[in-house]
Amino acid sequence: MANSIRMRANLEGDVTTVRALISHPMETGMMKNKKTGDLIPAHFIQEVVCEHNGNTVLTSLWGPAISTNPYLSFRFSGAKKGDTLKMSWVDNKGESDSAEATVA
Amino acid sequence: MNSLKRRTFLKGTAAISSVGFALGAGLLTPRMVLAAWPKSAFESKSVDDALTNLAGSADLSTNEQIQIRAPDIAENGNVVPITVETNIANIESISILTEKNASPLTASFVLGAGAEGFVATRMKMGKTSDVIAVVKADGKLHSSRKEVKVTIGGCGG
Amino acid sequence: MKQLLTMAVAVGLMGSVPIVAQATPEQDMKEYQAHYHKRFPNVPHDDFINGLYALDPEKRSQWEAIEDFPPYTVAVEEGEKLFNTPFANGKTYASCFKNGGIGIKQDYPYFDTKTGQVKTIELEINECRVKNGEKPLGYQKGDIASISAYMSWTSRGNTINVKIPNDPRALAAYESGKEHYYAKRGQLNMSCADCHVSYPGYYVRANILSPGLGQTSHFPTFRSKWQNMGTLHRRYGGCNRQVRAASFDPQSEEYRNLEYFHTYMSNGLEINGPGSRM
Repeated sequence: MANSIRMRANLEGDVTTVRALISHPMETGMMKNKKTGDLIPAHFIQEVVCEHNGNTVLTSLWGPAISTNPYLSFRFSGAKKGDTLKMSWVDNKGESDSAEATVA
Repeated sequence: MNSLKRRTFLKGTAAISSVGFALGAGLLTPRMVLAAWPKSAFESKSVDDALTNLAGSADLSTNEQIQIRAPDIAENGNVVPITVETNIANIESISILTEKNASPLTASFVLGAGAEGFVATRMKMGKTSDVIAVVKADGKLHSSRKEVKVTIGGCGG
Repeated sequence: MKQLLTMAVAVGLMGSVPIVAQATPEQDMKEYQAHYHKRFPNVPHDDFINGLYALDPEKRSQWEAIEDFPPYTVAVEEGEKLFNTPFANGKTYASCFKNGGIGIKQDYPYFDTKTGQVKTIELEINECRVKNGEKPLGYQKGDIASISAYMSWTSRGNTINVKIPNDPRALAAYESGKEHYYAKRGQLNMSCADCHVSYPGYYVRANILSPGLGQTSHFPTFRSKWQNMGTLHRRYGGCNRQVRAASFDPQSEEYRNLEYFHTYMSNGLEINGPGSRM
């Protein structure tokens, strides 16, 4: 799952807009494998944490109804250009990834 | 205009230093994180149960200061773009519920220091349903709803 | 016997060609484009590359929300990496294409007078691999779609410029593609043109049929239905099967000729691939 997060953070005025796209199957556990007819086990991101200067700016709690390859956008104030933003996710199987982006 | 778009895109991509390291190196451990995930709320089968399990109450007051941007008719129920925006003060969290989904609670965003009343994501909808945005502020639950129609079939679905 | 049969076929073919001056490809293209301008007088010519989103503001706003961080981003990045990774012999894809493969999508497909066939960018990606001792890739999705997506990306904004050289074989390839496009097929007895020339803008259940003009500009495309990238020929296969007709193999002569005709009809529009579609 290396490199699963694509993130951009753009400062306009005082507000930073963060946009991120995460590669993840987001299996609901209700879909069947077309070939075998077996249920595909649930596999979805449960929590995405975004930090700026060590402070958590947003914690996203997700269920399986978030689309495959999830998209997340939010806004916060208090960042400067060049600041580092960190995003991490953990899914229901305990898999995880994190990435950093520079505020531009 | 297109070449301009291309440049912005590439610049945006270059700005990312994707770390991609796993748990061991970070501060997060799955145990710590999973403890915070409100399992009972996400598994609830009704909006009221989900809210009670999530926020301790299902007592909603309609608030016109909450705007839901979502399509009237979803082009593909697997990818429904939604934006919730509000200027209510002292927001603690913004939650999205899809009334007719088997488990209505779709997402809950807990706002930290400096976060604005704005979140956007894409979600799955099994059928036509009201989408409910619930904003928790000063301990109270404010809400707004919008119907999104989902039709199956054609060449895309 | 065989000769007789061939003759009979030849006679039959001749018989089916009306004895009137045939339209040149250029006349075809002008007529084709004029049809859409007349049908959709409020859609600016350059907007046809956005397909059904040029016709419906509601669906366009959903698409724009997706394009805010498009799902093909990953494919473009991966495609760039693959494109620049040397083969076992040390060469790269750049060695097989003019201008090192950058910004050239607008000239595809083209008629190769040496081999007497239509060459698409995906065909040449695989020819490049084979020439350099690598195994060819599958033609519908995966790596080939990523490499093709990157090559489209570097060509964004360039004007589609498909040429039909003065060679009877090129004209025959064009005519074969045109025939596929207008021929009724499958249990539903529908042609490509039935949906995309006669009825663009109409609903097929929840979907709006896109105009044929500009359709090739944004391939390969990430379709939410597929949840990944697919090539133009993958889509052709889907279209054929949706009218319950047998589909052809991707990169078969049939589909390459169809792409030749289909892309030629959009000459003058901009490349805006890769695309995203619901």
